[in-house]
Amino acid sequence: MDATGVVSSLTDVSIIWPSISEILETLLLRAGFNSALVVVGSSFLGLAAGIVGAFALLRKRALMGDALAHSALPGLAGMFIVITLFGGDGRNLLLLLGGATLSGVIGVVVVQFLAGYTRLTEDTSIGVVLSVFFGAGIVLLSVIQSMETGQAGGLSHFIYGQTAAMQVNDAYLMVAVAVCVLLGATLLAKEFSMVCFDSEFAAVQGWPVATIDLMMMALVTVVTVIGLQSVGMILIVALLIVPAAAARFWTERLTYMILVSALIGGLSGYLGSVASALLPRLPAGSVIVVVAGVIFFFSFMFAPQRGVIAGGIRLLLLKFRVQRDHLLRDLYEICEGSGASFKNFIPLQAVPIVRGWSWLSTQVYLFIIYLRGEVAVQEGAVCLSESGYNEALRLTRNHRLWEQYLVLQAGVDAGHVDYSADYVEHVLSPEVVHMLEDELHRAGRLPGAGELPESIHAIVHGNKESS
Amino acid sequence: MSDFLYQFIALDLPPMLTATFAAMSCALLGNFLVLRRLSLMGDAISHAVLPGIVVAFLVTGSRSALPIFLGAACAGIVTVLLVELVRRFGRLESGAAMGVVFSILFAIGVLLMEQASARNIDLDADCLLHGQLETIFWYPPRSLAALFSFQTILQLPVELLVSIAIFIVASIFVVAFMKELTIAAFDPALATSLGFHAGGLHYLLMVLVAGAVVASFEAVGSILVIAMILCPPATARLCTDRLRVQMVLSLLYAALSGIVGYLVAAFVPMAVGFESSVNAAGMISVISGVLLAGAVVFAPNHGIVSKQLRRIKLTLRVLREDLLALIFRAEELQGGVVSLPRDEVLVAVGGGILPGFSLNQLLRDSDLNTTSSLISLTDSGRKKARKLVRSHRLWESYLVNKLGLKPDHVHKSAEQLEHFSRGPLDQQLAEEQRHPASDPHGRVIPKDE
Repeated sequence: MDATGVVSSLTDVSIIWPSISEILETLLLRAGFNSALVVVGSSFLGLAAGIVGAFALLRKRALMGDALAHSALPGLAGMFIVITLFGGDGRNLLLLLGGATLSGVIGVVVVQFLAGYTRLTEDTSIGVVLSVFFGAGIVLLSVIQSMETGQAGGLSHFIYGQTAAMQVNDAYLMVAVAVCVLLGATLLAKEFSMVCFDSEFAAVQGWPVATIDLMMMALVTVVTVIGLQSVGMILIVALLIVPAAAARFWTERLTYMILVSALIGGLSGYLGSVASALLPRLPAGSVIVVVAGVIFFFSFMFAPQRGVIAGGIRLLLLKFRVQRDHLLRDLYEICEGSGASFKNFIPLQAVPIVRGWSWLSTQVYLFIIYLRGEVAVQEGAVCLSESGYNEALRLTRNHRLWEQYLVLQAGVDAGHVDYSADYVEHVLSPEVVHMLEDELHRAGRLPGAGELPESIHAIVHGNKESS
Repeated sequence: MSDFLYQFIALDLPPMLTATFAAMSCALLGNFLVLRRLSLMGDAISHAVLPGIVVAFLVTGSRSALPIFLGAACAGIVTVLLVELVRRFGRLESGAAMGVVFSILFAIGVLLMEQASARNIDLDADCLLHGQLETIFWYPPRSLAALFSFQTILQLPVELLVSIAIFIVASIFVVAFMKELTIAAFDPALATSLGFHAGGLHYLLMVLVAGAVVASFEAVGSILVIAMILCPPATARLCTDRLRVQMVLSLLYAALSGIVGYLVAAFVPMAVGFESSVNAAGMISVISGVLLAGAVVFAPNHGIVSKQLRRIKLTLRVLREDLLALIFRAEELQGGVVSLPRDEVLVAVGGGILPGFSLNQLLRDSDLNTTSSLISLTDSGRKKARKLVRSHRLWESYLVNKLGLKPDHVHKSAEQLEHFSRGPLDQQLAEEQRHPASDPHGRVIPKDE
């Protein structure tokens, strides 16, 4: 090999993109037995984690999975040492996972103890347990490395996750566990939702809350331990939390939330493991979590009810509605103040300066009411249309009714009511208006049903000073 | 200088001091995280700085301290902001919101790191978890006198200098903002209304935590940093109720974990016949956990032992008082001094070890007389018993007269209240009821003497 060949191979970092047929084959589980195995196993793991995570999230126990996963390391390493000392093969998965479960459960029990019986809060307890247990695990790992027979290489997979190491039996295990979790969650769905939403009510109703919690934690434990090998102990908590948190954006109903969470979890496992199989240097655990993260981000932004964009649009629409109301009322009051007929055109300059709108926003709000056919526009002047006039009259009336009410019932000074009425006028329902009318009529403050009361304070508008 | 000492100063002292100073910076700032229920924010930041560091590597292509620090600090701030966003819009509890943010960021960090390692950039996933204390060493001067010169200090390993610098910065920050940090930790709303920028202070704290986390990365690795942030403050919190004392204690515990942890990891395995030492960072966090466990059990006020001792003391006092009152009531029935069989009295107050013990205490204080197996009250014992029975009956009549409880419902409450109502309270009870002569069951309330 010549010198340039060596250099090019060292600096060659370009990713070899898979062809479309390769992608399709992996997606459809036709890219060989091993790849299919990994994809199926990861998908089922994601599914199970999605279901269990949804309950754990609602029960505010989501981070318990984190403590559990980190605390599993000393058990894992300790079991490896014990097996090796007895002359066995340290890579016996079932024994290793048994050790992991043991120390993980001990970790969770210690968290519960610290949070319940000392003055430390639950978050501190979770933090100290996961870091100290993990530290003990690291110490044991370094012991293994110094043992002559020890090969700790297999164990570090459990930290970051390594789906490629998955064997036939492991995949079967994951599928079996996912089915069990599905079964358990279905059977206990009523009990779980009860303690999730109101554990005290459940206790009063005679449900064994502690036992139900224990079963939920058992499911969390099973999913966490099974996920150690493929996703790794640092990131398995993401599989419990992220799909559930993403599902929360899409629905308010528990049943749907669990279904959506399971779907997101399964999809993350599926797409993540496929991507990991197709591209080099993509550890499956991280890819699965990043896929889940992308879905979370998508839900966060675009969910129809609770998403950020939907929320922003709702806010903007509300703002437009409020400002349109203000504009209509201003136009009405300008005409009323100048004593001119409502058929007259008002020059645009007279349109409210007092609200401090910029030229641009004034144009936008004018355009909105123009689109709604509430004004006619003619050479830099506007005039209320028939429907616009009715709407403006209604709004002005609501505004003044509320002002009168504040003066009459709340004892607010007449000079102070305009501002608060500005907020309330948009949301007065016909029923409330009716009640206001009745009350003011009885107090003799209303000239007659349907008539517009005089404003109880001076109205300041741009045109007032000029007239 | 002997060879052993030289070796120690060259190979063991720098990593030990680096770890110790890193632990102390983390612990100092950790106090406020523990108090503000932000413990998991330390967890979140220590995971989430990973992508910040990798991006800083990829952008600048260098391992120098400043870009890494900036990258990590940015990542820390981004984490705090994202957690707040997710919590608000996702309507999640803050723990779950942190979980979402840090796990996704960490996953991105791992992916970036894998890609970077393909470009021969020296970043190792395991190092970020374990730390690489073992690689810190230097060539100190041979003579002890030269060791304490200014030139020598400049030659110290850069990791050690960085961790000392971070510790100094953190200390200055904490000392300068002690008042503000304290008030923000206990009552953020009050802090804001007093005109402190609680939010700004919060972010400043988070930046420093990110800084301390990064500086400690080299020493103890990302996950074990959490132990340094949380364990010493948590241990100190169990030992005291005063913030300043807690902070000093946490520094002490951090230093202790660093020094003892390192020494144990470096020398104990060899001493017991292992080939090599074990991971020092892991051992340091184990030691900090051991200290915490010690505080959980033995802390003076909040430890399990002292709590149990307090309960036993209380139980003994209640039993003593019950014993005296029992004999006093028997005297009332008989209309004179009585002697009761010792065993029957013990069974009547519950039986077991503690009643026997409390009986012995009464004999020792000569509140009781004993002749063979019979016991009777002495004058001082009778005085105490009268006080207690008075208290009991005053409570009974108070509960019936003032609270309107039924006479057959008040005995149990009075049985508990009698042990906690001393002098002035009894006086007040009596005065409010205009010194009643008898309780609702018709028994005479003994006069106060």
